[in-house]
Amino acid sequence: MKLTVAITGINATDNPGPGITVARALRAHPDFKGRIVGLAYDTLDPGIYASEMIDDVFLIPYPSAGVEALQDRLRYINERVHLDVILPTLDSELPNFIASVKVLDELKIGHFMPTQEQLDLRSKQHLVELGERADLPVPKTKVVNDVSEIFEFKDLKYPVFVKGVFYGAIRATNINEAAAAFYATVAKWGLPVLIQEATHGDEIDVVAVGDGKGGLIGAVAMKKTFLTDKGKGWAGIAVRDPQALDATRRFVEATKWRGPFELEVMKDEATGEINVLEINPRFPAWCFLSAGAGANLPYACTLLAAGQSVNPEDYSTYEAGTMFVRIAIDQIVSLKDFQEIATTGELIRTLAKNPEL
Amino acid sequence: MNQPQERLKDLAVNDSGFVFDPYSGATFSTNAAGLKILAALKDGEPRANIATMLRDTFEVIEGENDIDRDIDEFVQLLKRNYVVDSDFTLE
Repeated sequence: MKLTVAITGINATDNPGPGITVARALRAHPDFKGRIVGLAYDTLDPGIYASEMIDDVFLIPYPSAGVEALQDRLRYINERVHLDVILPTLDSELPNFIASVKVLDELKIGHFMPTQEQLDLRSKQHLVELGERADLPVPKTKVVNDVSEIFEFKDLKYPVFVKGVFYGAIRATNINEAAAAFYATVAKWGLPVLIQEATHGDEIDVVAVGDGKGGLIGAVAMKKTFLTDKGKGWAGIAVRDPQALDATRRFVEATKWRGPFELEVMKDEATGEINVLEINPRFPAWCFLSAGAGANLPYACTLLAAGQSVNPEDYSTYEAGTMFVRIAIDQIVSLKDFQEIATTGELIRTLAKNPEL
Repeated sequence: MNQPQERLKDLAVNDSGFVFDPYSGATFSTNAAGLKILAALKDGEPRANIATMLRDTFEVIEGENDIDRDIDEFVQLLKRNYVVDSDFTLE
């Protein structure tokens, strides 16, 4: 398959964006022979310099610059390298990409994203509503816009997690800690803030792709086996947890989710009960495990975005017990590459590497 | 015969005693006697057969070793790690 695929989220830091792992999963598929274009936000995004994964790079405007700025940039990038498919991988940029679907269609750039309605439904502030709609157990969650509301919730059991709308979770063991965490969260992520009762058990995460009609293309469950001090999984193991996989199916059926997502659940092994903690509307940074375990979901998503058909049976099984252990490496970067991206906002390597493309 | 539990049946066990539970991702290690009991439980063997197998395979000194107690302890270990249900009994 010869496609030019643009991928965002190539900020592979200690809290990595998923872009590099999505690119790596495509590279790992024997049928993929295409070109990968990285869309970066910063000149020091590490993925810019991962030339074995990313062929060409363009800087794109931050989401706060708005939809038109993104669309103008995509038009320019498409003129330069002719994109077949685009795979956004970051929560914060998705609204702008979803709002640009018409432009993407005009430019004949394939995509496989959820609708804005689906995106809103799985957002943290609508988790309780989603739980009712999809018959998913979710922890007791309150949406808070003013610190005084925290003191009014008499039925909330501590400890709780105080969460930002997009990212971040601070554990609080009493009302005063929750109030302090509220201010810290507002300062970083804005309003609203979510207060969620802590649940017991082990966290299990599922990466999956929904077909947009209520069906599941594939799903791979993983248990983290080593965490960083930010609570990010640095190692994990593929598992076949029936409750987590069943919750994934129910979520897709209820929302007719289109595209990749990550479902996070907390499972109490003693009772077998699960609670859905959140649903992220994109591939997680550990999604290369799906390729390693035998169900290459980023590749499936790329095919779907390119308008090709995908047989879910090809992604229905995976090898439980497949592990990942992340590694941090220092890339050596030539000043020439840095200069080019810093001054022109783009770095084209394809012609030197492969004149056929 | 006991009806082996699904999770028990799906345990991945290798000859050196490394055990992987694909449902939870948990890994364990066990000795040769544990391997023998696990294999028998996966086959749904009753307690009496498991005890006979252990006697036939290992040097058991009657009076010093209590095979029934060893089997019970092993089953408790499986329960504690959720490999078998808490109400599982070995007939």
